[in-house]
Amino acid sequence: MNTYIAAIDQGTTSSRCIVFDHGGAIVSVSQKEHRQIFPKPGWVEHDAEEIWANVLDVVHGALQKASLTVHDLAAVGITNQRETTLVWDKATGKPVHNAIVWQDTRTDQLVKELGEQNRFRDKCGLPLATYFSGPKVRWLLDHVDGLRERGERGEVLFGTMDTWLIWKLTGRHVTDVTNASRTMLMNLETLDWDDELVDAIGVPKAMLPEIRSSAEVYGTATGTLEGVPVASALGDQQAALFGQTCYSPGEGKCTYGTGSFLLVNTGDKPVVSENGLLTTVGYKIGDQPAAYALEGAIAVTGALVQWFRDKMGLISSAPEIETLARSVEDNGGAYFVPAFSGLFAPHWRSDARGIIAGLTGYIDKGHIARAVLEATAWQTREVVDAMNADSGVELVALKVDGGMTANNLLMGFLSDVLDVPVVRPIVAETTCLGAAYAAGLAVGYWSDTESLRENWHKAAEWLPTMDARTRDKGYRKWKKAVERTVGWIDEDDNDE
Amino acid sequence: MPGPIQSIERAAAVLRLLASGARQMGVAELARALELPKPTVHGILRTLQLVGFVEQSPDTGKYQLGAALFHIGSSYLDGNELRTRALNWSDSLASRSMESVRIGTLHENQVLVVHHVFRPDNSRQVLEVGALLPSHASALGKVLLADDPVGLTDDEPLKAYTPATITDPDRLGDALEQVRQRGWASDVEELVEGEVSLAAPIRDRRAVTVGAVGISGPVERLCDENKQPRTELVSYVREAARSISRELGAIPW
Repeated sequence: MNTYIAAIDQGTTSSRCIVFDHGGAIVSVSQKEHRQIFPKPGWVEHDAEEIWANVLDVVHGALQKASLTVHDLAAVGITNQRETTLVWDKATGKPVHNAIVWQDTRTDQLVKELGEQNRFRDKCGLPLATYFSGPKVRWLLDHVDGLRERGERGEVLFGTMDTWLIWKLTGRHVTDVTNASRTMLMNLETLDWDDELVDAIGVPKAMLPEIRSSAEVYGTATGTLEGVPVASALGDQQAALFGQTCYSPGEGKCTYGTGSFLLVNTGDKPVVSENGLLTTVGYKIGDQPAAYALEGAIAVTGALVQWFRDKMGLISSAPEIETLARSVEDNGGAYFVPAFSGLFAPHWRSDARGIIAGLTGYIDKGHIARAVLEATAWQTREVVDAMNADSGVELVALKVDGGMTANNLLMGFLSDVLDVPVVRPIVAETTCLGAAYAAGLAVGYWSDTESLRENWHKAAEWLPTMDARTRDKGYRKWKKAVERTVGWIDEDDNDE
Repeated sequence: MPGPIQSIERAAAVLRLLASGARQMGVAELARALELPKPTVHGILRTLQLVGFVEQSPDTGKYQLGAALFHIGSSYLDGNELRTRALNWSDSLASRSMESVRIGTLHENQVLVVHHVFRPDNSRQVLEVGALLPSHASALGKVLLADDPVGLTDDEPLKAYTPATITDPDRLGDALEQVRQRGWASDVEELVEGEVSLAAPIRDRRAVTVGAVGISGPVERLCDENKQPRTELVSYVREAARSISRELGAIPW
């Protein structure tokens, strides 16, 4: 009998379900967007109930499109937007508040109060930043009436979106090491909640989920997926690393979505970055040792194209930006630094805000479209430089995936500014593929990681054509533009 | 209630023609395709130009759809958008067929390659996005021509690339009729000796053909011993075309 693996990707803007066959090829896809709730500038929330309903819809949709039933599924895997934080009532299952999304900067002040940026870096691998889950839970505990007391009594549960979905599917309160590594509450060596971190950030341990590996059967689903083993959970970027089959130290990838994330496998030891990168868990398969990774996180890349589409209205769909950008030869001297919620790697400046630099009367919408696309490439250059410095090894080629890899102009430009080949694998949906691979390994659908490597094939390759002088000048201008974004936010900007 | 207004019907026909080919057309070509007198067509074009629905090229004097029309919604599909929407399905097609995949649209009588997926064997290959293929000698082109209301203009003779290239317009007409009937096209060593390509139409929600997707590779792999395209590969190509069409909102079939 032919069986398949389903992967649920609970992402920042939408939830998707993709069904894969044994060769790792896509059989069907279903996708549904959810609302982005912006209560105040800098705040971003999701309705977790809406997300759950959408997940059920897309699972149903993906099965229906391929004329499959749950009996055709060997397992289901989960991958998710990371850091997005939810607290719900253990008895009723109702969220006590909207989920606070990773981009949300409401914890800015709290993060400052928690101390010096690198205070916890040795233990959790992360700088103190609004980005991570720990401070977000703390904010909820401080602002939702009676929540701290209920948390201490274990009446409410904390979870990232993986935990929420696994709980809804199986009733188990668990998370995986990759998602837990984004909370600032987990110790990278022990792979368990760290008492000192938990105390310092102020989160009751009673509300934390159990930390499990990324690939094992957490439970069997009830409801729509009745009887199907829920067999993997990985943060979306770690899932992409896994889907790109980066199983050896030194192998890495960059995923281009709402934000962009360069992850490089560093093997079975965590490596502390000296250049603004994050140390994180790459994956952990069952009882095997965890694989660690260094990560360069860029907050705004695809989100800038969406902003250009929705807020500027110069294009009606995201892919049209390539058409508009190709209407001119170059950026005309314009640089767009999309520090919409501060700057992530390698700068980590929450006081930065976005700018368009180099404007003259000559600039038209085509140049701005170029600058929008180029921003993604220059930001990648910054994290690649940091990665090269931390590892002491120069990148020789960049494996890419994600929706923006459909943009040929961007991929070509990326190759130009990095001066290395840029390679896309045959499945651009590596996030879902990684979750499917991990779930398939957990239930024996695939035998080992070597057999997964055989599924990896090059689908496209872009080679550098830019001369060094042009590249260096462009990078210099980009850095000057970045300098002009920092320190924009003042103390009183956070007042009502 | 009065009956349909003839001039509006004719204007709509002109727009539909200009939209279908994604290329410029002259007054004579339009008049011939619509079987209308040239002055009538010219009058319609001038009015449409006035309201911004068509534009006249200052170089060639030919007409194309105007920017105003794109803003109120038309069959125009951005090639970059087509690539984005087709990405998953062209990848799957390459995985299943183990051959390279191309997606093309019609551009001034030629096929513009808007997407290219390498043959999944990790060999050295070069991205061919932006390349132009002759429409009468490629499977992608035949699919696009078969559903094009105007077809090839007889301005230029059909160029022979190999002894198998179809150069006789009547024979090409018959071949396109066959493509329409069976829903897919092949080129068996008609562009490059030893090379075969297979393709099927991508349609949008109004069942207008907006592109073609296909595979290409050596004759030994794509054809059987009688030099007939392997049915399994044909079905992969057609399934990919259907999936992309569904992605674009075409009614599932």
